[in-house]
Amino acid sequence: MTKIIDNIFANSTRLIAITVLFITAWIFTVLFQESLLSMQTFGLDFVTESKWAPNLEKFGAFAAIMGSVISTFLAMVLAVPVAIGVAIFLSEIAHERLKAPVGVSIELLAAIPSVIYGMWGLFYFVPIIRDIFGGIGIGMLTAGIVLAIMILPFMAAVTRDAMNTTPDILKESAYALGGTKWDVIRDIVIPYSKAGIIGALILALGRAIGETMAVTFVMGNVHKVSWDLTQPATSIPVTLANEFTEADTDLYFSSLFELALILLVISFTIISIAKFYFLRRKRSV
Amino acid sequence: MATICNVSEEKALEIKKLQFTYASADEPSLKEISMPIAKNSVTALIGPSGCGKSTLLRSINRMHDLYPGNKYEGEIIYNGRNILDAKEDLINLRINIGMIFQKPTAFPMSIMDNVAYGLKLQGIKNKTELKDRVEKALTDAAIWKEVKDRLKHDANGLSGGQQQRLCIARAIAVEPEILLFDEPTSALDPISTQGIEELVTELKEKVSIVIVTHNMQQAARVSDYTGFMYLGELIELGKTEELFVTPAEKLTEEYITGKFG
Ligand SMILES: Nc1ncnc2c1ncn2[C@@H]1O[C@H](COP(=O)(O)OP(=O)(O)OP(=O)(O)O)[C@@H](O)[C@H]1O
Ligand SMILES: [Mg+2]
Repeated sequence: MTKIIDNIFANSTRLIAITVLFITAWIFTVLFQESLLSMQTFGLDFVTESKWAPNLEKFGAFAAIMGSVISTFLAMVLAVPVAIGVAIFLSEIAHERLKAPVGVSIELLAAIPSVIYGMWGLFYFVPIIRDIFGGIGIGMLTAGIVLAIMILPFMAAVTRDAMNTTPDILKESAYALGGTKWDVIRDIVIPYSKAGIIGALILALGRAIGETMAVTFVMGNVHKVSWDLTQPATSIPVTLANEFTEADTDLYFSSLFELALILLVISFTIISIAKFYFLRRKRSV
Repeated sequence: MATICNVSEEKALEIKKLQFTYASADEPSLKEISMPIAKNSVTALIGPSGCGKSTLLRSINRMHDLYPGNKYEGEIIYNGRNILDAKEDLINLRINIGMIFQKPTAFPMSIMDNVAYGLKLQGIKNKTELKDRVEKALTDAAIWKEVKDRLKHDANGLSGGQQQRLCIARAIAVEPEILLFDEPTSALDPISTQGIEELVTELKEKVSIVIVTHNMQQAARVSDYTGFMYLGELIELGKTEELFVTPAEKLTEEYITGKFG
Protein backbone atom coordinates (compact mmCIF):
# COMPACT_ATOMS: atom_id res chain seq x y z
CA MET A 1 0.00 0.00 0.00
CA THR A 2 2.73 2.49 0.98
CA LYS A 3 4.52 1.43 -2.18
CA ILE A 4 1.55 2.51 -4.31
CA ILE A 5 1.35 5.85 -2.52
CA ASP A 6 5.09 6.30 -3.00
CA ASN A 7 4.68 5.56 -6.67
CA ILE A 8 1.81 7.99 -7.11
CA PHE A 9 3.83 10.62 -5.29
CA ALA A 10 6.97 10.02 -7.31
CA ASN A 11 5.12 10.08 -10.61
CA SER A 12 3.07 13.18 -9.88
CA THR A 13 6.10 15.15 -8.73
CA ARG A 14 7.95 14.02 -11.82
CA LEU A 15 5.02 15.19 -13.95
CA ILE A 16 5.06 18.60 -12.26
CA ALA A 17 8.80 18.93 -12.82
CA ILE A 18 8.42 18.06 -16.49
CA THR A 19 5.57 20.57 -16.80
CA VAL A 20 7.82 23.32 -15.49
CA LEU A 21 10.47 22.45 -18.06
CA PHE A 22 7.82 22.32 -20.74
CA ILE A 23 6.45 25.76 -19.88
CA THR A 24 9.95 27.24 -19.99
CA ALA A 25 10.57 25.74 -23.40
CA TRP A 26 7.16 26.92 -24.56
CA ILE A 27 7.82 30.51 -23.54
CA PHE A 28 11.13 30.43 -25.37
CA THR A 29 9.46 29.06 -28.48
CA VAL A 30 6.70 31.66 -28.47
CA LEU A 31 9.14 34.53 -28.01
CA PHE A 32 11.34 33.16 -30.75
CA GLN A 33 8.49 32.65 -33.24
CA GLU A 34 7.03 36.07 -32.61
CA SER A 35 10.48 37.68 -32.98
CA LEU A 36 11.17 36.07 -36.36
CA LEU A 37 9.74 38.93 -38.40
CA SER A 38 11.84 41.50 -36.59
CA MET A 39 14.96 39.33 -36.82
CA GLN A 40 14.52 38.87 -40.54
CA THR A 41 13.87 42.57 -41.10
CA PHE A 42 16.67 44.08 -38.99
CA GLY A 43 19.16 41.28 -38.43
CA LEU A 44 21.99 42.31 -36.14
CA ASP A 45 21.13 45.99 -36.63
CA PHE A 46 18.39 45.42 -34.09
CA VAL A 47 20.88 45.30 -31.24
CA THR A 48 23.31 47.96 -32.53
CA GLU A 49 20.87 50.66 -33.66
CA SER A 50 19.28 52.96 -31.13
CA LYS A 51 16.75 54.58 -33.44
CA TRP A 52 13.32 53.45 -32.29
CA ALA A 53 10.73 55.08 -34.51
CA PRO A 54 7.42 53.24 -34.68
CA ASN A 55 6.00 55.75 -37.18
CA LEU A 56 8.87 54.94 -39.59
CA GLU A 57 8.72 51.21 -38.83
CA LYS A 58 12.33 51.44 -37.68
CA PHE A 59 13.27 49.57 -34.53
CA GLY A 60 16.68 49.43 -32.86
CA ALA A 61 17.06 48.08 -29.34
CA PHE A 62 20.45 49.51 -28.47
CA ALA A 63 19.10 52.29 -26.24
CA ALA A 64 16.87 49.90 -24.34
CA ILE A 65 19.65 47.35 -23.88
CA MET A 66 22.09 50.03 -22.75
CA GLY A 67 19.40 51.44 -20.45
CA SER A 68 19.00 48.06 -18.80
CA VAL A 69 22.74 47.64 -18.48
CA ILE A 70 23.40 51.14 -17.12
CA SER A 71 20.49 51.25 -14.67
CA THR A 72 21.41 47.79 -13.37
CA PHE A 73 25.07 48.73 -13.11
CA LEU A 74 24.18 51.88 -11.17
CA ALA A 75 21.92 49.89 -8.89
CA MET A 76 24.64 47.33 -8.23
CA VAL A 77 27.29 49.96 -7.53
CA LEU A 78 25.00 51.61 -5.02
CA ALA A 79 23.51 48.49 -3.45
CA VAL A 80 26.41 46.02 -3.19
CA PRO A 81 28.50 47.83 -0.54
CA VAL A 82 25.44 48.59 1.57
CA ALA A 83 24.09 45.05 1.25
CA ILE A 84 27.42 43.52 2.24
CA GLY A 85 27.63 45.90 5.19
CA VAL A 86 24.12 45.00 6.33
CA ALA A 87 24.86 41.29 5.88
CA ILE A 88 28.05 41.50 7.93
CA PHE A 89 26.18 43.39 10.62
CA LEU A 90 23.38 40.85 10.72
CA SER A 91 25.48 37.73 10.64
CA GLU A 92 28.46 38.76 12.75
CA ILE A 93 28.01 41.97 14.67
CA ALA A 94 24.42 42.50 15.76
CA HIS A 95 23.47 41.39 19.24
CA GLU A 96 21.50 38.13 19.24
CA ARG A 97 18.40 39.98 20.33
CA LEU A 98 18.68 42.35 17.37
CA LYS A 99 19.43 39.73 14.70
CA ALA A 100 15.98 38.22 14.46
CA PRO A 101 13.85 41.41 14.37
CA VAL A 102 16.15 43.24 11.96
CA GLY A 103 16.53 40.12 9.83
CA VAL A 104 12.78 39.68 9.60
CA SER A 105 12.17 43.33 8.74
CA ILE A 106 14.68 43.05 5.92
CA GLU A 107 12.89 40.00 4.61
CA LEU A 108 9.62 41.94 4.82
CA LEU A 109 11.16 44.81 2.88
CA ALA A 110 12.21 42.31 0.24
CA ALA A 111 8.59 41.23 -0.02
CA ILE A 112 7.24 44.69 -0.87
CA PRO A 113 5.80 44.52 -4.41
CA SER A 114 8.07 46.44 -6.74
CA VAL A 115 5.23 48.62 -8.06
CA ILE A 116 5.16 50.20 -4.61
CA TYR A 117 8.83 51.09 -4.86
CA GLY A 118 8.00 52.64 -8.24
CA MET A 119 5.16 54.78 -6.87
CA TRP A 120 7.20 55.82 -3.86
CA GLY A 121 10.10 56.69 -6.16
CA LEU A 122 7.90 58.78 -8.43
CA PHE A 123 6.31 60.85 -5.69
CA TYR A 124 9.17 61.19 -3.22
CA PHE A 125 12.39 60.48 -5.01
CA VAL A 126 11.89 62.26 -8.30
CA PRO A 127 11.50 65.71 -6.64
CA ILE A 128 14.61 65.12 -4.53
CA ILE A 129 16.72 64.14 -7.53
CA ARG A 130 15.32 67.11 -9.45
CA ASP A 131 16.32 69.48 -6.65
CA ILE A 132 19.81 68.06 -6.27
CA PHE A 133 20.86 67.20 -9.81
CA GLY A 134 18.53 69.32 -11.95
CA GLY A 135 16.65 67.97 -14.97
CA ILE A 136 13.10 66.74 -14.59
CA GLY A 137 13.95 64.17 -11.96
CA ILE A 138 12.82 61.30 -14.13
CA GLY A 139 15.69 59.39 -15.69
CA MET A 140 18.49 56.91 -15.45
CA LEU A 141 19.88 58.10 -12.12
CA THR A 142 16.52 57.95 -10.37
CA ALA A 143 15.87 54.54 -11.87
CA GLY A 144 19.25 53.29 -10.69
CA ILE A 145 18.67 54.56 -7.17
CA VAL A 146 15.13 53.17 -6.88
CA LEU A 147 16.37 49.88 -8.29
CA ALA A 148 19.20 49.84 -5.76
CA ILE A 149 16.77 50.41 -2.91
CA MET A 150 14.47 47.73 -4.27
CA ILE A 151 17.11 44.98 -4.58
CA LEU A 152 18.96 45.91 -1.40
CA PRO A 153 16.85 43.91 1.09
CA PHE A 154 16.92 40.78 -1.06
CA MET A 155 20.63 41.16 -1.65
CA ALA A 156 21.37 41.72 2.02
CA ALA A 157 19.22 38.79 3.12
CA VAL A 158 20.77 36.31 0.69
CA THR A 159 24.29 37.57 1.41
CA ARG A 160 23.64 37.16 5.13
CA ASP A 161 22.42 33.60 4.53
CA ALA A 162 25.63 32.88 2.65
CA MET A 163 27.74 34.29 5.49
CA ASN A 164 25.76 32.32 8.05
CA THR A 165 26.98 29.08 6.47
CA THR A 166 30.43 29.72 7.96
CA PRO A 167 30.78 27.06 10.69
CA ASP A 168 31.04 28.45 14.23
CA ILE A 169 33.96 26.13 14.93
CA LEU A 170 35.95 27.78 12.14
CA LYS A 171 35.29 31.25 13.51
CA GLU A 172 36.09 30.07 17.03
CA SER A 173 39.41 28.72 15.78
CA ALA A 174 40.37 32.17 14.57
CA TYR A 175 39.22 33.81 17.80
CA ALA A 176 41.24 31.21 19.69
CA LEU A 177 44.37 32.50 17.95
CA GLY A 178 43.74 36.01 19.21
CA GLY A 179 41.62 37.27 16.33
CA THR A 180 39.30 40.23 16.71
CA LYS A 181 35.80 40.29 15.30
CA TRP A 182 37.02 42.21 12.28
CA ASP A 183 39.91 39.75 11.69
CA VAL A 184 37.44 36.89 11.72
CA ILE A 185 35.04 38.62 9.31
CA ARG A 186 37.80 39.54 6.88
CA ASP A 187 39.87 36.36 7.02
CA ILE A 188 37.35 33.64 7.72
CA VAL A 189 33.73 34.57 7.08
CA ILE A 190 34.17 36.40 3.79
CA PRO A 191 36.68 33.99 2.22
CA TYR A 192 34.69 30.98 3.36
CA SER A 193 31.39 32.23 1.98
CA LYS A 194 32.83 34.04 -1.04
CA ALA A 195 31.19 31.82 -3.63
CA GLY A 196 27.82 32.12 -1.90
CA ILE A 197 28.15 35.89 -1.61
CA ILE A 198 28.98 36.29 -5.29
CA GLY A 199 26.07 34.00 -6.12
CA ALA A 200 23.77 36.14 -3.99
CA LEU A 201 24.94 39.32 -5.67
CA ILE A 202 24.42 37.84 -9.12
CA LEU A 203 20.93 36.64 -8.22
CA ALA A 204 20.14 40.20 -7.16
CA LEU A 205 21.60 41.42 -10.44
CA GLY A 206 19.27 39.07 -12.30
CA ARG A 207 16.34 40.59 -10.44
CA ALA A 208 17.44 44.13 -11.16
CA ILE A 209 17.87 43.61 -14.87
CA GLY A 210 14.37 42.23 -15.34
CA GLU A 211 12.72 44.66 -12.97
CA THR A 212 9.80 46.42 -14.58
CA MET A 213 7.40 48.15 -12.26
CA ALA A 214 9.90 49.85 -9.97
CA VAL A 215 11.60 51.60 -12.89
CA THR A 216 8.73 52.16 -15.29
CA PHE A 217 7.51 55.05 -13.15
CA VAL A 218 10.81 56.84 -12.85
CA MET A 219 12.79 56.04 -15.99
CA GLY A 220 10.79 57.91 -18.62
CA ASN A 221 10.55 56.13 -21.95
CA VAL A 222 13.04 57.77 -24.26
CA HIS A 223 15.02 55.66 -26.72
CA LYS A 224 18.23 57.57 -26.54
CA VAL A 225 21.62 56.72 -25.11
CA SER A 226 22.88 59.63 -23.06
CA TRP A 227 25.76 59.87 -20.66
CA ASP A 228 23.87 62.52 -18.73
CA LEU A 229 22.25 60.29 -16.14
CA THR A 230 19.63 62.86 -15.20
CA GLN A 231 18.06 62.52 -18.64
CA PRO A 232 15.02 60.32 -19.18
CA ALA A 233 15.93 57.00 -20.76
CA THR A 234 14.46 53.54 -21.18
CA SER A 235 15.26 49.91 -20.51
CA ILE A 236 14.00 46.68 -22.01
CA PRO A 237 11.25 46.02 -19.45
CA VAL A 238 10.24 49.69 -19.41
CA THR A 239 9.81 49.67 -23.18
CA LEU A 240 7.78 46.49 -23.03
CA ALA A 241 5.51 47.78 -20.27
CA ASN A 242 4.92 51.09 -22.01
CA GLU A 243 4.54 50.04 -25.60
CA PHE A 244 2.73 46.75 -25.93
CA THR A 245 -0.66 48.41 -25.99
CA GLU A 246 0.53 50.74 -28.74
CA ALA A 247 2.02 48.11 -31.01
CA ASP A 248 -0.25 48.54 -34.01
CA THR A 249 1.83 46.89 -36.71
CA ASP A 250 3.18 43.36 -37.04
CA LEU A 251 6.75 44.60 -37.15
CA TYR A 252 6.33 46.77 -34.05
CA PHE A 253 4.79 43.82 -32.25
CA SER A 254 7.54 41.47 -33.40
CA SER A 255 10.27 43.95 -32.37
CA LEU A 256 8.88 44.06 -28.85
CA PHE A 257 8.97 40.29 -28.77
CA GLU A 258 12.59 40.29 -29.85
CA LEU A 259 13.33 42.71 -27.00
CA ALA A 260 11.63 40.33 -24.61
CA LEU A 261 13.66 37.42 -26.00
CA ILE A 262 16.89 39.36 -25.44
CA LEU A 263 15.86 40.10 -21.85
CA LEU A 264 15.00 36.46 -21.25
CA VAL A 265 18.34 35.28 -22.58
CA ILE A 266 20.23 37.83 -20.46
CA SER A 267 18.30 36.91 -17.30
CA PHE A 268 18.69 33.19 -17.93
CA THR A 269 22.40 33.53 -18.41
CA ILE A 270 22.84 35.57 -15.25
CA ILE A 271 20.74 33.30 -13.07
CA SER A 272 22.42 30.21 -14.48
CA ILE A 273 25.87 31.56 -13.71
CA ALA A 274 24.77 32.31 -10.15
CA LYS A 275 23.04 28.99 -9.59
CA PHE A 276 25.24 26.54 -11.33
CA TYR A 277 28.61 28.08 -10.77
CA PHE A 278 28.57 29.94 -7.49
CA LEU A 279 25.74 28.46 -5.47
CA ARG A 280 26.51 24.84 -6.34
CA ARG A 281 29.89 24.55 -4.78
CA LYS A 282 29.82 22.99 -1.39
CA ARG A 283 32.44 23.18 1.30
CA SER A 284 33.38 20.71 3.96
CA VAL A 285 34.17 21.37 7.65
CA MET B 1 33.35 16.02 48.86
CA ALA B 2 35.59 15.97 45.81
CA THR B 3 39.07 14.51 46.08
CA ILE B 4 41.57 16.86 44.49
CA CYS B 5 45.23 15.86 44.57
CA ASN B 6 48.05 18.32 44.94
CA VAL B 7 50.40 18.75 42.04
CA SER B 8 54.11 18.50 42.62
CA GLU B 9 54.95 20.65 39.60
CA GLU B 10 54.61 24.38 39.38
CA LYS B 11 51.05 25.39 38.49
CA ALA B 12 50.32 26.72 35.03
CA LEU B 13 46.87 27.72 36.14
CA GLU B 14 44.60 27.37 39.11
CA ILE B 15 40.84 27.16 38.93
CA LYS B 16 39.06 28.27 42.09
CA LYS B 17 35.38 27.65 42.78
CA LEU B 18 34.51 28.14 39.13
CA GLN B 19 30.82 28.25 38.43
CA PHE B 20 29.56 28.73 34.90
CA THR B 21 26.02 29.30 33.65
CA TYR B 22 24.98 29.39 29.98
CA ALA B 23 22.76 32.28 28.93
CA SER B 24 19.87 29.96 28.12
CA ALA B 25 20.21 27.78 31.22
CA ASP B 26 18.75 28.22 34.70
CA GLU B 27 21.21 25.92 36.40
CA PRO B 28 24.98 26.34 36.30
CA SER B 29 26.70 23.82 34.01
CA LEU B 30 29.86 23.94 36.15
CA LYS B 31 29.49 23.82 39.90
CA GLU B 32 32.22 25.17 42.15
CA ILE B 33 35.11 23.54 40.34
CA SER B 34 38.53 23.90 41.93
CA MET B 35 41.64 22.35 40.45
CA PRO B 36 45.26 23.10 39.63
CA ILE B 37 46.69 22.61 36.15
CA ALA B 38 50.31 21.45 36.42
CA LYS B 39 52.97 23.08 34.31
CA ASN B 40 54.57 21.08 31.48
CA SER B 41 52.18 18.21 32.12
CA VAL B 42 49.13 16.80 30.45
CA THR B 43 45.88 17.01 32.41
CA ALA B 44 43.05 14.92 30.98
CA LEU B 45 39.37 15.57 31.66
CA ILE B 46 37.08 12.58 31.42
CA GLY B 47 33.44 11.98 32.21
CA PRO B 48 30.14 11.08 30.57
CA SER B 49 28.67 13.16 27.77
CA GLY B 50 27.16 16.43 28.96
CA CYS B 51 29.10 16.51 32.24
CA GLY B 52 30.72 19.84 31.36
CA LYS B 53 34.18 18.94 30.06
CA SER B 54 33.99 21.25 27.06
CA THR B 55 32.34 23.94 29.11
CA LEU B 56 35.23 23.87 31.58
CA LEU B 57 37.83 23.88 28.83
CA ARG B 58 36.19 26.79 27.04
CA SER B 59 36.13 28.81 30.25
CA ILE B 60 39.92 28.72 30.38
CA ASN B 61 40.32 30.77 27.19
CA ARG B 62 37.05 32.65 27.72
CA MET B 63 35.56 31.19 24.54
CA HIS B 64 32.12 31.54 26.10
CA ASP B 65 32.47 35.30 25.80
CA LEU B 66 31.82 35.03 22.06
CA TYR B 67 28.18 34.42 22.89
CA PRO B 68 26.35 36.97 24.98
CA GLY B 69 24.75 36.31 28.34
CA ASN B 70 27.02 33.56 29.64
CA LYS B 71 28.08 33.98 33.24
CA TYR B 72 31.22 33.01 35.16
CA GLU B 73 31.66 33.04 38.93
CA GLY B 74 34.77 32.17 40.89
CA GLU B 75 38.33 32.60 39.71
CA ILE B 76 40.86 31.23 37.27
CA ILE B 77 44.31 32.34 38.38
CA TYR B 78 46.89 32.59 35.61
CA ASN B 79 50.22 34.37 36.00
CA GLY B 80 49.02 35.85 39.25
CA ARG B 81 45.84 37.40 37.97
CA ASN B 82 42.20 36.34 37.75
CA ILE B 83 41.49 35.94 34.04
CA LEU B 84 37.75 35.97 34.65
CA ASP B 85 38.11 39.61 35.53
CA ALA B 86 36.11 41.90 33.26
CA LYS B 87 39.27 43.86 32.49
CA GLU B 88 41.11 40.82 31.11
CA ASP B 89 42.47 41.36 27.57
CA LEU B 90 40.92 38.40 25.77
CA ILE B 91 43.03 38.75 22.63
CA ASN B 92 46.20 38.48 24.67
CA LEU B 93 44.77 35.70 26.80
CA ARG B 94 43.91 33.60 23.76
CA ILE B 95 47.38 34.09 22.30
CA ASN B 96 48.79 32.59 25.50
CA ILE B 97 46.16 29.88 25.87
CA GLY B 98 45.58 28.12 22.55
CA MET B 99 42.84 25.71 21.60
CA ILE B 100 42.43 22.68 19.33
CA PHE B 101 38.91 21.64 18.41
CA GLN B 102 36.97 18.43 17.96
CA LYS B 103 37.14 18.66 14.20
CA PRO B 104 40.06 19.92 12.15
CA THR B 105 39.42 23.55 11.31
CA ALA B 106 41.72 24.44 8.44
CA PHE B 107 41.01 27.99 7.31
CA PRO B 108 40.11 28.62 3.66
CA MET B 109 43.66 29.61 2.76
CA SER B 110 47.01 27.99 2.00
CA ILE B 111 48.91 25.74 4.42
CA MET B 112 51.52 28.46 4.90
CA ASP B 113 48.90 31.14 5.59
CA ASN B 114 47.07 28.87 8.02
CA VAL B 115 50.13 28.40 10.20
CA ALA B 116 51.23 32.02 9.84
CA TYR B 117 47.75 33.29 10.68
CA GLY B 118 48.20 33.84 14.42
CA LEU B 119 51.60 35.42 13.82
CA LYS B 120 50.20 37.82 11.25
CA LEU B 121 47.44 38.77 13.67
CA GLN B 122 50.18 39.85 16.03
CA GLY B 123 51.54 42.12 13.35
CA ILE B 124 54.56 40.05 12.34
CA LYS B 125 55.19 40.93 8.70
CA ASN B 126 58.83 39.98 8.15
CA LYS B 127 58.74 37.22 5.50
CA THR B 128 61.81 35.32 6.72
CA GLU B 129 60.65 35.41 10.32
CA LEU B 130 57.21 34.15 9.28
CA LYS B 131 58.77 31.38 7.19
CA ASP B 132 61.11 30.29 9.96
CA ARG B 133 58.41 30.19 12.57
CA VAL B 134 56.00 28.36 10.26
CA GLU B 135 58.66 25.76 9.53
CA LYS B 136 59.42 25.36 13.23
CA ALA B 137 55.76 24.99 14.14
CA LEU B 138 55.15 22.47 11.37
CA THR B 139 58.24 20.52 12.45
CA ASP B 140 57.12 20.52 16.07
CA ALA B 141 53.69 19.32 14.94
CA ALA B 142 55.35 16.47 13.02
CA ILE B 143 53.90 17.43 9.68
CA TRP B 144 56.71 19.46 8.08
CA LYS B 145 57.97 16.59 5.91
CA GLU B 146 54.53 15.94 4.49
CA VAL B 147 53.71 19.51 3.55
CA LYS B 148 57.00 21.26 2.91
CA ASP B 149 56.60 20.94 -0.86
CA ARG B 150 53.07 22.25 -0.95
CA LEU B 151 52.98 25.13 1.49
CA LYS B 152 51.14 27.24 -1.06
CA HIS B 153 48.37 24.68 -1.56
CA ASP B 154 44.90 25.01 -0.07
CA ALA B 155 44.92 23.51 3.42
CA ASN B 156 41.58 21.85 2.78
CA GLY B 157 43.34 19.42 0.45
CA LEU B 158 45.02 17.69 3.41
CA SER B 159 43.65 14.56 5.08
CA GLY B 160 41.76 14.87 8.36
CA GLY B 161 44.73 13.77 10.45
CA GLN B 162 47.06 16.12 8.59
CA GLN B 163 44.60 18.98 9.01
CA GLN B 164 44.44 18.36 12.75
CA ARG B 165 48.22 18.45 12.98
CA LEU B 166 48.15 21.61 10.87
CA CYS B 167 45.79 23.10 13.44
CA ILE B 168 48.19 22.11 16.19
CA ALA B 169 51.04 23.72 14.25
CA ARG B 170 48.94 26.84 13.85
CA ALA B 171 48.26 26.92 17.58
CA ILE B 172 51.88 26.37 18.66
CA ALA B 173 53.26 28.86 16.12
CA VAL B 174 52.24 31.71 18.42
CA GLU B 175 54.11 29.97 21.28
CA PRO B 176 51.32 29.69 23.83
CA GLU B 177 51.96 28.62 27.41
CA ILE B 178 48.88 26.46 27.64
CA LEU B 179 47.10 24.38 25.00
CA LEU B 180 43.52 23.21 25.37
CA PHE B 181 42.45 20.15 23.36
CA ASP B 182 38.74 19.33 23.08
CA GLU B 183 38.50 15.70 21.93
CA PRO B 184 41.09 16.33 19.22
CA THR B 185 40.95 12.80 17.83
CA SER B 186 37.22 12.15 17.84
CA ALA B 187 36.99 12.76 14.08
CA LEU B 188 40.15 10.83 13.20
CA ASP B 189 41.11 7.28 12.23
CA PRO B 190 43.21 5.15 14.65
CA ILE B 191 46.53 5.85 12.96
CA SER B 192 46.03 9.61 12.92
CA THR B 193 44.84 9.35 16.51
CA GLN B 194 48.06 7.66 17.53
CA GLY B 195 50.03 10.41 15.80
CA ILE B 196 48.17 13.13 17.69
CA GLU B 197 48.60 11.30 21.00
CA GLU B 198 52.36 11.04 20.50
CA LEU B 199 52.43 14.70 19.58
CA VAL B 200 50.58 15.67 22.75
CA THR B 201 53.08 13.88 24.96
CA GLU B 202 55.97 15.52 23.11
CA LEU B 203 54.47 18.98 23.27
CA LYS B 204 54.36 19.05 27.05
CA GLU B 205 58.06 19.85 27.12
CA LYS B 206 57.12 23.30 25.95
CA VAL B 207 53.50 23.84 26.95
CA SER B 208 51.05 22.82 29.62
CA ILE B 209 48.20 20.80 28.19
CA VAL B 210 44.59 20.18 29.14
CA ILE B 211 42.88 17.54 27.02
CA VAL B 212 39.24 16.54 27.05
CA THR B 213 38.61 13.01 25.92
CA HIS B 214 35.82 10.50 25.76
CA ASN B 215 38.30 7.74 25.64
CA MET B 216 39.70 6.53 28.98
CA GLN B 217 42.53 4.61 27.32
CA GLN B 218 43.58 7.82 25.66
CA ALA B 219 43.56 9.66 28.97
CA ALA B 220 45.64 6.88 30.51
CA ARG B 221 48.10 6.93 27.61
CA VAL B 222 48.76 10.64 27.33
CA SER B 223 48.12 12.30 30.65
CA ASP B 224 49.95 12.88 33.91
CA TYR B 225 46.84 13.98 35.76
CA THR B 226 43.24 13.02 35.16
CA GLY B 227 40.12 14.80 36.32
CA PHE B 228 36.82 12.97 36.40
CA MET B 229 33.75 15.16 35.96
CA TYR B 230 30.15 14.27 36.55
CA LEU B 231 27.03 16.46 36.22
CA GLY B 232 28.99 19.71 36.20
CA GLU B 233 31.18 18.80 39.16
CA LEU B 234 34.78 17.73 39.36
CA ILE B 235 34.55 14.53 41.35
CA GLU B 236 38.21 13.66 41.47
CA LEU B 237 41.55 14.88 40.26
CA GLY B 238 44.48 12.53 40.65
CA LYS B 239 47.73 11.36 39.20
CA THR B 240 46.67 9.37 36.17
CA GLU B 241 48.32 6.12 37.22
CA GLU B 242 46.66 6.35 40.64
CA LEU B 243 43.24 7.48 39.51
CA PHE B 244 42.81 4.58 37.12
CA VAL B 245 44.15 1.98 39.56
CA THR B 246 43.01 3.16 42.97
CA PRO B 247 40.34 5.81 42.54
CA ALA B 248 39.46 7.63 45.75
CA GLU B 249 35.84 8.26 44.89
CA LYS B 250 33.16 5.65 44.40
CA LEU B 251 31.73 7.48 41.39
CA THR B 252 35.11 7.53 39.70
CA GLU B 253 35.50 3.83 40.23
CA GLU B 254 32.06 3.11 38.82
CA TYR B 255 32.82 5.23 35.77
CA ILE B 256 36.22 3.75 34.99
CA THR B 257 34.95 0.22 35.46
CA GLY B 258 32.21 0.96 32.97
CA LYS B 259 29.25 0.81 35.35
CA PHE B 260 27.78 3.93 33.71
CA GLY B 261 28.52 6.55 31.10
N1 LIG C 1 25.44 26.63 24.36
C1 LIG C 1 24.84 26.02 25.41
N2 LIG C 1 23.75 26.57 25.98
C2 LIG C 1 23.14 25.97 27.02
N3 LIG C 1 23.55 24.82 27.57
C3 LIG C 1 24.63 24.23 27.06
C4 LIG C 1 25.34 24.80 25.94
N4 LIG C 1 26.37 23.99 25.64
C5 LIG C 1 26.32 22.98 26.52
N5 LIG C 1 25.29 23.10 27.37
C6 LIG C 1 24.94 22.21 28.47
O1 LIG C 1 25.99 22.22 29.41
C7 LIG C 1 26.25 20.91 29.89
C8 LIG C 1 27.70 20.55 29.66
O2 LIG C 1 27.94 20.45 28.28
P1 LIG C 1 29.38 20.17 27.67
O3 LIG C 1 29.29 20.39 26.22
O4 LIG C 1 30.38 20.96 28.42
O5 LIG C 1 29.55 18.64 27.99
P2 LIG C 1 30.74 17.67 27.61
O6 LIG C 1 31.18 17.04 28.86
O7 LIG C 1 31.75 18.38 26.79
O8 LIG C 1 29.98 16.59 26.73
P3 LIG C 1 30.46 15.80 25.44
O9 LIG C 1 31.33 14.71 25.95
O10 LIG C 1 29.21 15.27 24.86
O11 LIG C 1 31.18 16.75 24.56
C9 LIG C 1 25.28 19.99 29.19
O12 LIG C 1 24.21 19.76 30.06
C10 LIG C 1 24.82 20.77 28.00
O13 LIG C 1 23.50 20.47 27.68
MG1 LIG D 1 32.39 18.28 24.74
